[in-house]
Amino acid sequence: MANKTAVQATINGEDVEFLCEPHQSLLEVLRDVLRLTGTKEGCNNGNCGACNVILDGVLVNSCLVLGVEAQGKRITTIEGIAPPHGLHPLQQKFLEHAALQCGICTPGFIISAKALLDHKPHPSEHEVRHWLAGNLCRCTGYDKIVRAVLDAADVMAVEVSK
Amino acid sequence: METPVAEQAKATEVSVEERHYNIIGTRPIRHDGADKVTGKALYGADVRLNGMLYGKVLRSPHAHARILSIDVSRALALPGVKAVVTSADLATLDSVVSRVGEGAVNWRYLSNNILASDKVLYHGHAVAAVAATSLNAANEALNLIDVQYEPLPCVITAVQAMRPGAPILLQELRTNELGARGEIPTNIASHDQNMRGDLERGFAEAAVIVEREFTTGIVHQGYIEPHTATAVWGTDDQITIWTSTQGAHDARRQVAEVLQLPVSRIKVIPMEIGGGFGGKTVIYLEPVAALLSWKSGNRPVQVTMSRFEVFAGTGPTSSSVIKVKMGSASDGRITAAQVTMAYAAGAFPGSPVGGAMSVILNAYRMENVQIDGYDVVTNTPRVAAYRAPGGTNAAFASESVIDELACKLGIDPLEMRRINGAKEGDRRVDGPLIRRIGYLETVEKARASAHYQSPLPAPSTPGLKVGRGVASGWWGNWPGGTSSVSVIVNNDGTVNLIEGSTDIGGSRVAMAMQLAETLGLQAADIKPMVVDTDSVGYNDVTAGSRTTYSTGIAVHKAGLSIIQQMRERAAQLWDVESASVDYADGVISSKDNHIGFKELARKVGDGDGNVVASISISPNGDGVALATHIVDVEVDEETGKVQILRYTAVQDVGTAIHPAYVEGQIQGGAAQGIGWALNEEYVYDQQGRLLNGSLLDYSIPTALDLPMIEAVIVEVPNPTHPFGVRGVGEVPIVPPAGAVANAIANATGVRMTVLPMSPQHVLEALWTQGNERV
Repeated sequence: MANKTAVQATINGEDVEFLCEPHQSLLEVLRDVLRLTGTKEGCNNGNCGACNVILDGVLVNSCLVLGVEAQGKRITTIEGIAPPHGLHPLQQKFLEHAALQCGICTPGFIISAKALLDHKPHPSEHEVRHWLAGNLCRCTGYDKIVRAVLDAADVMAVEVSK
Repeated sequence: METPVAEQAKATEVSVEERHYNIIGTRPIRHDGADKVTGKALYGADVRLNGMLYGKVLRSPHAHARILSIDVSRALALPGVKAVVTSADLATLDSVVSRVGEGAVNWRYLSNNILASDKVLYHGHAVAAVAATSLNAANEALNLIDVQYEPLPCVITAVQAMRPGAPILLQELRTNELGARGEIPTNIASHDQNMRGDLERGFAEAAVIVEREFTTGIVHQGYIEPHTATAVWGTDDQITIWTSTQGAHDARRQVAEVLQLPVSRIKVIPMEIGGGFGGKTVIYLEPVAALLSWKSGNRPVQVTMSRFEVFAGTGPTSSSVIKVKMGSASDGRITAAQVTMAYAAGAFPGSPVGGAMSVILNAYRMENVQIDGYDVVTNTPRVAAYRAPGGTNAAFASESVIDELACKLGIDPLEMRRINGAKEGDRRVDGPLIRRIGYLETVEKARASAHYQSPLPAPSTPGLKVGRGVASGWWGNWPGGTSSVSVIVNNDGTVNLIEGSTDIGGSRVAMAMQLAETLGLQAADIKPMVVDTDSVGYNDVTAGSRTTYSTGIAVHKAGLSIIQQMRERAAQLWDVESASVDYADGVISSKDNHIGFKELARKVGDGDGNVVASISISPNGDGVALATHIVDVEVDEETGKVQILRYTAVQDVGTAIHPAYVEGQIQGGAAQGIGWALNEEYVYDQQGRLLNGSLLDYSIPTALDLPMIEAVIVEVPNPTHPFGVRGVGEVPIVPPAGAVANAIANATGVRMTVLPMSPQHVLEALWTQGNERV
């Protein structure tokens, strides 16, 4: 058994220290060490986007990042985007548009969409589809997901302008 | 599932008049939604128990081989490894066929699929499993299990498996030939036939005859959540299993059979499920996790598949070869149809060829027809149900031929379907009389749609070809199965709805809405919950488009019981006869007395006996669903790439309880059908090894591959459901492949006869048929 490494990171705004083995992915660390199971595993090789998190402002597949690489980084997971006692506009719009069926891909989609809107507050439908092409959903046909993201973008733009 | 004629006759008729609903037809937020958008919802692989071990499964590298020996000693000696299991730990079960999930299974074969006994029958077939203190140790231990194989020749397609002299998978298998048992070892498990009328006369009446042979590849359901099971075999010999399943009770029954234990020893706790589409109606890991727990000294064991294991080790749906010969009179009337279809079941019998034999022509009036279906075993994973099992391949074949007949006759393809479309009183090819259905309504709605009325779009790039295609689909919903619910009125006026039907895509809210409608409450007043197998009566799987229909009937009946009890409570309160107490829209009244549901619930309180109801039903009505789809495609004849430009799916849904989730089913089914049509298939090498067992190489549609999918809801209420519900989940996957093929023919003049219509197959068709374009 390999020696464990102590890693300090900021996860969802909180300073966290954890021990991980050198081979463990950030996804394993989140789910098995820190028990943040909102981040899902669909393929473990970067194909499906269910494990997406935001790392220092960049959207990543957490299954393709090593846990030790999180040293000194800021990480946002699905557990960390809602305000206290409420929902993020993307979360609210996913519910209003029925943009989820089974819901297993939903955390990854919401994180990816947040990363998109952080970069580009007013995406076109094509831009949303292009950005979300790294997230697989097998239930919805994407129609309602795309509408939810476009609607959330509108709501967030109004909130910013207030 | 099909409805036997006898059962249909005794189905209860409920009159559904034009009704105004308060809750049904609205779009409330789903009750489980907040947990699912915040990451709090717990799915199977999210279970974390103290002292939990990690299990992994060793799988066959061969498509077909005899197992000579298995030596697990080195694996067991590895630090951290706590247990190893093989098929030696499973009892040899009797060869008995029983209904499981949506289909039938032979218990011995189910057990042999979970852990191979004397032979491995496909690349990925489970051979052994280990439990260790870490995932890493478990994976390392797999490499230390020494399995000696004697490789055997393999057969991958039904055509290969049916050839004389083909390698035999199951030495004891004999063909069930129209009910008679064959005498020689074979890979053909069964041959069934539906027929009516006089084929020869029908073809003689035809002005045009089209005959084609279609082949389709193996496709997987492609749910994003891999299979997972966590089990604790308690020191009291009670077994608890946490799993993602389409039916907790059915999973319990399967585990009980495989482990030869009474069901009362097993509790299945259903976790949230990350998609199933039929694929999670059969078990793979649950008994393995339970045995590993037992052998490791009662420690919790979690076994989760990798994505490759999901592709290689769990049931996809059948590849198939389908011959269709159809004749039509010059007025468009189909005069005769002959179909021969062989579906590959994978390692053990049980392909959905029976469903396919129904689907293929049931949308149409057929006077002279013969359909022959063969169920064939092959060295590929044992198939599991996949959304309208067998339907997409079948409709690809029949809808292509009907389209070609219409083209040859110069008849509009939707008019062709109107001329031949089935309606109430017609007799299905497979026997039963057709009740009120909305097929012709879907055709008319499609014809009147903005999509169909609009001209074809111009190509995005000069030189590309655009075309439009239509196709219809029929699917018979499972007429019932058992559903059980319990309802408890809380003293704050809310109502707990306790169910056992897996919520795979919003059924909690659909059940809550039906109860709210019955009681005259709001959807938010109902608290729906899916509980474990010890805590509610038996529920069949969430499959066969049955849940909103069957469990909905149970919910309605439970609601009626609550209403009756509330009337009695009010009668006691007012000291009047309960017969004089009315209940309407959540208000209980008698002469001058009125009281709202919530106020009465508060008055009843907890001290005077709760108002509760438990209902278990097994309805036997029918809920045939029909759909008509329209698609515009753009074909690049240089590369063979097909792009979907526009898609409209029209469906008779009976009554849409929650229209947003009904649309979601239609859109999702269409998207899966488009993936099947354009991209998806298992690719094997000569030795029968799966080459594309990843989500990158087995590419399912992404957001960028699809346009918005317009779902058009047609409501022709189902007379056998109190609110007119039809199952909506399955039929939307039936038409897409046929519609896309017809659009490609419209664009290029070339008829596709192979699924998927990938660039490679489209180019092959363009090159070989290029000279015969129509």
